[in-house]
Amino acid sequence: MTPHMLTRSLDRSATIFLAIVAACGILIPLSNLLLPAGSFLQVPTYLVALWGKYVCYAILALAIDLIWGYCGILSLGHGAFFALGGYAMGMYLMRQIGTRGVYGNPILPDFMVFLNWQKLPWYWYGFDMFWFAALMVLVVPGLLAFCFGWLAFRSRVTGVYLSIITQAMTYALLLAFFRNDFGFGGNNGLTDFKDILGFNVQAEGTRAALFALSCLALIIGFLICRAIVSSKLGKVLIAVRDAESRTRFLGYRVESYKLFVFTVSACMAGVAGALYVPQVGIINPSEFAPGNSIEAVIWVAVGGRGTLVGAALGAVVVNYAKTFFTSGVLAPYWLFMLGALFILVTLLLPKGIVGTFNAWWDQSKEKRIPATMASAAAEDGVTEPKMAE
Amino acid sequence: MNVMDTRATSAMLYLDGVHVSFDGFHAINNLSLTLEPGEMRAIIGPNGAGKTTMMDIITGKTKPDEGTVLFDGVTDLTRLDETRIAELGIGRKFQKPTVFESQTVQDNLLLALNVDHSVRGTLFWRGSRAESERIDKVLETIRLTEARNRLAGSLSHGQKQWLEIGMLLAQDPKLLLVDEPVAGMTDVETHLTAELLKEINKTHTVMVVEHDMTFVRELGVKVTCLHEGTVLAEGTIDQVSSNERVIEVYLGR
Repeated sequence: MTPHMLTRSLDRSATIFLAIVAACGILIPLSNLLLPAGSFLQVPTYLVALWGKYVCYAILALAIDLIWGYCGILSLGHGAFFALGGYAMGMYLMRQIGTRGVYGNPILPDFMVFLNWQKLPWYWYGFDMFWFAALMVLVVPGLLAFCFGWLAFRSRVTGVYLSIITQAMTYALLLAFFRNDFGFGGNNGLTDFKDILGFNVQAEGTRAALFALSCLALIIGFLICRAIVSSKLGKVLIAVRDAESRTRFLGYRVESYKLFVFTVSACMAGVAGALYVPQVGIINPSEFAPGNSIEAVIWVAVGGRGTLVGAALGAVVVNYAKTFFTSGVLAPYWLFMLGALFILVTLLLPKGIVGTFNAWWDQSKEKRIPATMASAAAEDGVTEPKMAE
Repeated sequence: MNVMDTRATSAMLYLDGVHVSFDGFHAINNLSLTLEPGEMRAIIGPNGAGKTTMMDIITGKTKPDEGTVLFDGVTDLTRLDETRIAELGIGRKFQKPTVFESQTVQDNLLLALNVDHSVRGTLFWRGSRAESERIDKVLETIRLTEARNRLAGSLSHGQKQWLEIGMLLAQDPKLLLVDEPVAGMTDVETHLTAELLKEINKTHTVMVVEHDMTFVRELGVKVTCLHEGTVLAEGTIDQVSSNERVIEVYLGR
């Protein structure tokens, strides 16, 4: 990212958002580790892990907003990329268990010993090394998105048809990962992790560090998305979203643009999944469930599609509500409430929380600034070589 | 046979024996038409005559069942897709004004400029003095300088039509295909549009599809009348409008 891309991508709401995430990423782990347990300002460890999960969801929501909000690609299978990133990290964590497993096999994870496998399948090679696993967190979702997108976008599969095949993709992966002979732990998935880079995954310090890292990943992901959408490429993406064939007739290779953002987005979802797994301690095929991907799209819709900040906010708000309601007497009704939330937001706040706020803010700003000043500002824009944002 | 070496024709656009049918309906039927470089041609004809389908064929949206479509004497357009054809230098204005409504007027023009259209090029794009000067010039030509920072969606119908013509200018193609540019315009706007197209024609080859006969007359160029997917008559506006068949199928008695 070049310096001018960085300055261009930081508007006021972006700066505020980054400041809040950075503050949370620093203060919450510090409060957890330094303050005495039980003190008023101390954040208990279970909350650090819970909020860490929300931050990972926020990264997934950003990834979805990048393609849906800006390019009009409604992926209902982004949970698949999230889960693949999670499995890549899970495989690393499994190999770190070593002889501490139930069967004490230094190479094979427990479930393979249980299945009477004699040697490690080739696709598990290299996952004992962190750098390799970290690379796979990006490469596996990215490669799948690239191949899937190459076929779909070149054949001009758009709109609801694309959404349906993304659902089919995640469902197919769900079925595949459920199979024991697929080599990823089947129904149970991967769990019983011991340590990551030599640190105990259950330890308070590790949890706090993972939380801080998740916040850092959210910041980096947000900056990448902002750099993309505030560049000229971002304008092309919006053009594709609003009038795809018009963009084609202007000489843009629409499928290349879609493929680019779709792949970037899948890599981001993979990173979110990889940070999620050590914090929740398990990854299993249910992460591929089509419902999960749809839920993630709802977060974005609630927060405000095409705003990035809204996507992250939506993920946190909806998941906080989910935690709150599913732990009480209302638990059996959560899905109804989620559905009602989606309908209400669609009817009453079609732009989502942040989109509605932005519209209101712009309107009240117009009232505050007298017309003369507004026209002077417009003239400033004329002499400036840089195009108005 | 190697058409790449020799120009098969001097024409900017050359259509010969083109056929297209949709589910047995012959939208284009043995259509042959040539457009010389620098020419402006008006295409008229009743609804369903195949005017828009012809533009779809030229711009690569529809593939003909048979026939030859040559651009600039050398390029076989039937083998290329929309993006490639646009890159070659064929611009198109749609029948229904199609601008990027949620972006500003100047961003619409910026997107239309014929600069690097690759993913990398747009990602690392930085505005240049030359680009903004070109945009300023187009804005002046289409009389939208005042509205440059407005969202395209907030423009009036006529202004949108002009913005789309402006986008064509920014694209600076060799051949402009303009589909019904004055539909829904007032008389004054129609007159201004005719002036604008005549101005554009000084440096570009233009094909205009239009129903408005006053407008076509004002353009004062060669007219082709299509009917049932084929050329019914061709010539000056007076020759065509006095043609018996044209009067019968299109102009009415």
